[in-house]
Amino acid sequence: MTVWAALASPRYLISSWPWRSYAYLLTSVPMGAVSIVVLVGLAALSAVLSPILIGILMLTAFPLVGAVIGWVERRRAGMMLVDGIKSPHAKLPAGLTRRAKLTFRRREQASMRALGYGFVLGVFVWPLSALFAGLSVTILLTTLASPVIADGDQMGMGPWTMDTAEEGLLFLVLFGPPYYVVSSYLLGVIAGAEASLARAMLGPRQEELQRNLAELRRSRLDLVDAFETERVRIERHLHDGVQQRLVGLTMTLGLAELDLPDGEGRRLVVKAHSEAEAALADLRAAVRGIHPRVLVDHGLEAAVREVADRMPLPVTLQLSVPTRLPGPIEAAAYFVVSEALANVAKHAQASTCEVTGWVDRDRLVITVQDDGVGGAQLGAGTGLTGLVTRLDALGGTLDVDSPSGGPTRLRMECPCQLGD
Amino acid sequence: MPTRRLSIVLAEDSLLLREGLASILDRAGHEVRDAVGDGDALLAVVRKNPPDMVITDVRMPPGHSDEGLRAAAAIRAELPAIGILVLSQYVADAYLSSLLETTTGGIGYLLKDRVGHVTEFLESLDRVADGGTVVDPEVVRQLLARRRNDGPLSALTPRELEVLALMAEGRVNGSIAEHLVVSEAAVRKHVGNIFAKLRLDEGLDRRVSAVLTYLRG
Repeated sequence: MTVWAALASPRYLISSWPWRSYAYLLTSVPMGAVSIVVLVGLAALSAVLSPILIGILMLTAFPLVGAVIGWVERRRAGMMLVDGIKSPHAKLPAGLTRRAKLTFRRREQASMRALGYGFVLGVFVWPLSALFAGLSVTILLTTLASPVIADGDQMGMGPWTMDTAEEGLLFLVLFGPPYYVVSSYLLGVIAGAEASLARAMLGPRQEELQRNLAELRRSRLDLVDAFETERVRIERHLHDGVQQRLVGLTMTLGLAELDLPDGEGRRLVVKAHSEAEAALADLRAAVRGIHPRVLVDHGLEAAVREVADRMPLPVTLQLSVPTRLPGPIEAAAYFVVSEALANVAKHAQASTCEVTGWVDRDRLVITVQDDGVGGAQLGAGTGLTGLVTRLDALGGTLDVDSPSGGPTRLRMECPCQLGD
Repeated sequence: MPTRRLSIVLAEDSLLLREGLASILDRAGHEVRDAVGDGDALLAVVRKNPPDMVITDVRMPPGHSDEGLRAAAAIRAELPAIGILVLSQYVADAYLSSLLETTTGGIGYLLKDRVGHVTEFLESLDRVADGGTVVDPEVVRQLLARRRNDGPLSALTPRELEVLALMAEGRVNGSIAEHLVVSEAAVRKHVGNIFAKLRLDEGLDRRVSAVLTYLRG
């Protein structure tokens, strides 16, 4: 509901809108006066102080004054605009110092617009409001009081002159209602225009909305990408370093076994050998959880097949993903399938499981369905919750349909491109 | 312990593992004629002076993808007499099928972990040198897990599948009998049944064909 819609309504005159319009116009008088005094005062002060540099520095603070005016005005506009005006300012990046926050706000275009609005308010809007609303309120109050005034004094209202209380009452009855009607509509239009001006200058521009959204998405993607890069780096480090050394160690121990005669020494070497192999197996499992090498080398299908092959239950795999996808997407999909299969093996009491994947209009879709007992939930402390966040950053979704009694069906969707 | 001395070319980019392998082979009495670090170098030395055996890593510089495998395929095409043993860091059947599709024995695919079991590793090497096909037990286990029920293998009994799996590891009948604690005659009977049920072409090495059928599921 805006004042424009209210003006068209037949109930306008008996609604709260005429009074809101008065209130909005009248409050703009002190607000505008204060704004212009502050702005002009600051400008004068900085002009005076400009020889000692501080005056010039003060000029840079003007957009911040604008931002403050904007903040107050957006709230005041709530009288006329039911939804208020949304802030055009970008969300402050986390971890900034107070100084950096102020610099950030100062440089925003929205702050400059608010400053401009402050001048418009101080120079044009409030005198206009004062003129119309002030005059109208005066006439209205005088009309209401006319029986009393005319009783004791001669009272002239435009072309009419009233001498008695009866004449005053007649004037009130005849002139009052038509005047209220005309002035309410007139002030409604003026207040509506002022509120629209405030919204146009203080509200977020379309591109600001989109920019904020895009920035947010970009930064989340960057984060996911950074994690992915880091995982690959760790994996490479473990693979090329520790893992090779462990393989080398098992070789040496294997050789030593050949040379040693039967006895305690040989028994210990054999033990050391099997311990080194256990360490190697552990390391391999850990690396797989970080970022499996087969995913980097051979892509999603080969990596998922490897996971499926390790499952204790038969897994049917039908993946038709024609090309390699960007790393973070492949990794997210891999870990979703991997986690889903692990859950099936652990909780579902299923006898078979089916993984199906395809690309539909540039979106990767993967479903994992079992024939188990169901009752699975996304939030219930599963490893899938973290993956939902990860997918979300990529613009993807994860849904689990698992009625009690089964079966469980998990479906993930994700765009095939990063940051479109 | 092997009784003969094989001349071997080694391709492995990790210095540590190259040295480890070389010392194992050396200890077993084989001759490591060359040790190189990438696929192109491998091809070059093999073409210049063909060895009895090539042992190669799958992933090598410059691309770190399947350079070793491609070199192995090239060697197999040009010099089919050379036995090839491929070492892989992990199970990936993309490797396996491309390796086994075009070949009729004298080939092996082992996980790197296996090298630590020196005796088994040297036995595998020997089998490949003799023209056998050796596939890592872990690979076999994973492939078995994937087996669907509609393939040619569905006709086999569990025992016959077991025998076939051991064949895929490159074992001969005697070794299979020992492993399953049955007589060699029993194993021969199973093997005969497997050949019959899989309807293998008499013209080819049926043992190898059976194993390939098995691995393809």
